Amino acid sequence: MKTLRIGAGAGYSGDRIEPAVDLAERGGLDYLVFECLAERTIALAQQARRSDPDAGYDPLLADRFNAVLPPCVANGVKIITNMGAANPAGAARAVARIARDLGLAGLKIAAVSGDDVMEAVRARDLPLVETDGRVADVADRMVSANAYLGAAPIVEALAGGADIVITGRVSDPALFLAPLMHEFGWRADEWDRLGKGTVVGHLLECAGQITGGYFADPGYKDVPNLARLGFPLADVSEDGSAVIGKLPETGGRVSLKTCKEQLLYEVHDPARYYQPDVVADFSTVQLEEVGPDRVAVSGGTGHARTDTLKVSIGYFDSYVGEGQFSYAGAGALARAKLALRIVEERLKLTGVATRELRLEIIGIDSVHRGARAGSGPELREARIRVVGRTDSLKDAIRIGNEVETLWLNGPAGGGGAWKSAREVIAAVSTLLPRSEIRTGVSYEVT
Amino acid sequence: MKLRELAHARTGDKGNVSNISVIAHEPGDYAFLAEHVTAERVKAHFADVVRGRVERYELPGIGALNFVMHAALGGGVTRSLSLDPHGKSLSSSLLEMEIPDRQQRAEIKP
Repeated sequence: MKTLRIGAGAGYSGDRIEPAVDLAERGGLDYLVFECLAERTIALAQQARRSDPDAGYDPLLADRFNAVLPPCVANGVKIITNMGAANPAGAARAVARIARDLGLAGLKIAAVSGDDVMEAVRARDLPLVETDGRVADVADRMVSANAYLGAAPIVEALAGGADIVITGRVSDPALFLAPLMHEFGWRADEWDRLGKGTVVGHLLECAGQITGGYFADPGYKDVPNLARLGFPLADVSEDGSAVIGKLPETGGRVSLKTCKEQLLYEVHDPARYYQPDVVADFSTVQLEEVGPDRVAVSGGTGHARTDTLKVSIGYFDSYVGEGQFSYAGAGALARAKLALRIVEERLKLTGVATRELRLEIIGIDSVHRGARAGSGPELREARIRVVGRTDSLKDAIRIGNEVETLWLNGPAGGGGAWKSAREVIAAVSTLLPRSEIRTGVSYEVT
Repeated sequence: MKLRELAHARTGDKGNVSNISVIAHEPGDYAFLAEHVTAERVKAHFADVVRGRVERYELPGIGALNFVMHAALGGGVTRSLSLDPHGKSLSSSLLEMEIPDRQQRAEIKP
């Protein structure tokens, strides 16, 4: 049976670069996929593109392509990535320039367009999903609206002879499903196979999260050599079953446990995982260890896709101001609590208007939430954190300033003031009929 | 005993929804976990955090439960005021849940 080897080269935009180079050099890959686009990233990228028409793609694109292009071209590895963010065509031009500078001629680079659906979303007042309200509630503050495209335009680009495919917003598993559909000739209505391919894509899309990253818990779940974590590859068969592995002499671990955790990562109902290409069913997936750092994945299926695509809408929401300050030694906690009471009172006295305000102590209750938070022995050092949501940048700045004044005006022995104020671009989602979406593919040739 | 002795967990986030997988270290413990780690108990554990409903999905084939917690992330990753806006640490908090004693396993395979 024909198999295809796909590697995952990044699980988020800032991810490590060398693991992908290693995969490209000695992984025997057919495809290398980089997933680099988070919910908020595309809204920020849209803003960047508005101020510069050539901008709006992934800020690490040049670093990544300079590193991986030579081994990928030498070994015939095709690249698929959503690093195009708000400007796939601009990203394709940038990659073509990099390839020419590296002396790599004859490469065909495809850019997928059509995910930007701002006009279509504006034209209809659709209900939001996962929250109350309608698009109209955020329409005047909208900065981006991008549909999660499926595999079809990537398959089109591969059929068009692309060596590199660059997209904007595409569902993460579709980046992996597309080469499977292209190479194995899976049709767009073979729901069972599309479901199985989605399982594989979902397992790979966060890169190191299936090879032992986001997993180690010393004494309970130990993982060797995380500083040299190897990224995953999958040997996928024509029937959609696969074996997940990683390269020898890399750090990390691929086990039943890492695969189980990743299978359910960011999943709600495992029997109905909504994707643009298929409604995947993970509930019947079977996992089996078939060798060191090798796990076989079988089962899983899919059902007919829905008539709508999910759209992520970025909108200007508010400002957030924050300040932090530390106390240490005997009585550190008592002084930190006093400092929080002082800042709380100061914000009221000086009329800083906050929609939400958190006063917390890092090391006690800033990250740990739920039952048992705040319990435990007294700390030898305590760092306060005051953070609030405001309607103006001016008020956001005043939150950090009030924390900073603890230096000369607060409890004894406080130091390490830090403050920030930022604009918040938040995201909501809606569902757009497929008929409203037109995708396109354009090419650059080196 | 703490849930941590029998299970491992991972948190994921989508918008304002957090999901936590709770996976038996040993498949034989799945039924025990399913009996004691209910949606109601998880909701109570995160009473101060989760504003919406908690749903539980069962995956006996891989010995796992998946908890889906709505309105759990302070308005979502993009606008939360939390130091951990993704809620990545919620899995570790859940593993501190007390469950009835069960004979401890001699060895937990990583």
